[in-house]
Amino acid sequence: MSALTLDSACTLHPQVALRPEPFGALAYHYGNRRLIFLKHPDVVAVVKALGEHPSVGETFRACGIDETRQPTFLAALEQLTKSEILSVR
Amino acid sequence: MSASSLVQQMKRGLDAPICLTWELTYACNLQCVHCLSSSGQRDPRELTTAQALTVLDELRDLQVFYINIGGGEPMVRRDFFEIVEYAVANGIGVKFSTNGAFIDEKNARRLAALDYLDIQISLDGADAATNDPVRGEGSYATAIRAMDNLAAAGFGPFKISVVVTRHNVSQLDRFKALADSYGAQLRITRLRPAGRGADTWHQLHPTNEQQVEVYNWLLAHGENVLTGDSFFHLNALGESLPGLNMCGAGRVVCLIDPLGDVYACPFVLHDEFKAGSVLDQGGFTSVWRESDLFLSLREPESAGACASCGSYDACQGGCMAAKFFTGLPLDGPDPECVTGHGAELLAQRQSAGLAITPKPSQNHTKPVTLTRKTIDA
Repeated sequence: MSALTLDSACTLHPQVALRPEPFGALAYHYGNRRLIFLKHPDVVAVVKALGEHPSVGETFRACGIDETRQPTFLAALEQLTKSEILSVR
Repeated sequence: MSASSLVQQMKRGLDAPICLTWELTYACNLQCVHCLSSSGQRDPRELTTAQALTVLDELRDLQVFYINIGGGEPMVRRDFFEIVEYAVANGIGVKFSTNGAFIDEKNARRLAALDYLDIQISLDGADAATNDPVRGEGSYATAIRAMDNLAAAGFGPFKISVVVTRHNVSQLDRFKALADSYGAQLRITRLRPAGRGADTWHQLHPTNEQQVEVYNWLLAHGENVLTGDSFFHLNALGESLPGLNMCGAGRVVCLIDPLGDVYACPFVLHDEFKAGSVLDQGGFTSVWRESDLFLSLREPESAGACASCGSYDACQGGCMAAKFFTGLPLDGPDPECVTGHGAELLAQRQSAGLAITPKPSQNHTKPVTLTRKTIDA
C-alpha cells in the first residue's frame, strides 16, 4: 500500500467499534479481532471525522490539527490503515 | 501520549474491562490436574439462562468488545448456544475455551456459522503420552477429533491453547507445527498454582532453565503466537515480550464465575479476591466501578521486597495469583522470578514452616470413584 498523504481519503472500517476512554479510545475490529489504543482525544476526533470529509487534509483542518502536528497524525493514521481500523476510500 | 503513560492510565483502571473471562459452569467431563477453577460438578446455584442474558445486556451497554468463555466445559450447558448466539448478536465477540468433547460434526458446523466467535481447544501435550496424564485418558484424541471436525466444517483459524508445563516445554515446535497443519493459531499460557493447580504446580511448573527456553522461543516466534500476556515475569531476562507488561487484574480484566461472583482475574478464585456478584444491586457495573477490592487494586502498587532489584520495571513483580497461592507475600517476588528470588524465598519459608498456602474457596472436583484412575502428575 502506498503511503498515506493529505490528499488520501479514508473512513473508519465498518466492522470497527470505538469505546471512549480517558486517554482517548479503544478501537476494536470485529473482523480481524485487533484491539488498538487511540492514545489521544484528538486522534479519536480525527478518526471519527474522516468519513465526513473528502480528504485527510480537510479532516485535519476541520479538527483543528495544525501543520506542526500533521506529520505525527498522518503517521498514526497510516498505522491505523495497516491494522485495517481505517480503510482507504 | 507515550506508551508508558498509557500503561499508567490502565493501571488506574478503565470504566469497563477490555475483556473479561466468564466461566459458564463448574461442570466438566474432564478433571485436569491443573484446573484453575477446580471444576468437575455443576453447582446448583449457577446462573440461569435469563440471568446470563441480563449480564450480556450489561456488557453490551458497557461496550465490552469480547468475552472469554470457559468453565468447566462451557458446552456442557444446555443453553450454551443460546448464550453465545445472544452475545454475538449484541456485538460481544466470544472466545471460548473447550476440551472439544462436544464438537462433533453437527456442532462444528453450527460454530462455523457464527461470526465473532473464536475457539480455543485446550491441549497440554503434543502427543497423548504427554497430554493425557494431565488432562485425562483419551483427552488428546478428543481434542484432535474436535480440530478435525472444525477443519471439515470450514471454521477457519481456531486456536490451540497450551498451558506450558515441565513436560511440554520441549514440544513447543511440535505444537506450532500441529497448529500450522490446521491453519490454526498457537496460544501458550503460563501454568498458575490456582484451583487444583495449587496442588500440582510444584511438580508441573517449568524449571528456571525451561523458562529461559520459553522466553527465547517466544522472542523467536512471538509475532505469531498468542500468550494472553501471561509471561511478563520473563521480561526480567532482557528484551520485553510483546504485550502490555502489567497485571490487568481488576484494572482491565476480571472474572465472572458460574454463580455470578466477580473475581479480580481467572487465577484467583478465592474470597480474598472476590469483588461482588453480578446479582448484587447495581449489577456487574457497580462491582467493576465501585467495589473496594477493585478500587484498591487500581492504587499504585509497592515494589516491596523487589524494590532493590534492578529488574522490577521489567517484570513488575510477576503474578499476584502465583504469589498468593504459593503463600508468598504479594509485594515480593513471583515464585517463578527468573533471578531465583522467589524460589529462594519459597525454600526459606518451607524450612521455617511458614509455607501456609491458601486453599481455593470453592471446589467442584468430582468425588473419587473406584472406577476412576488416579492421576499422578
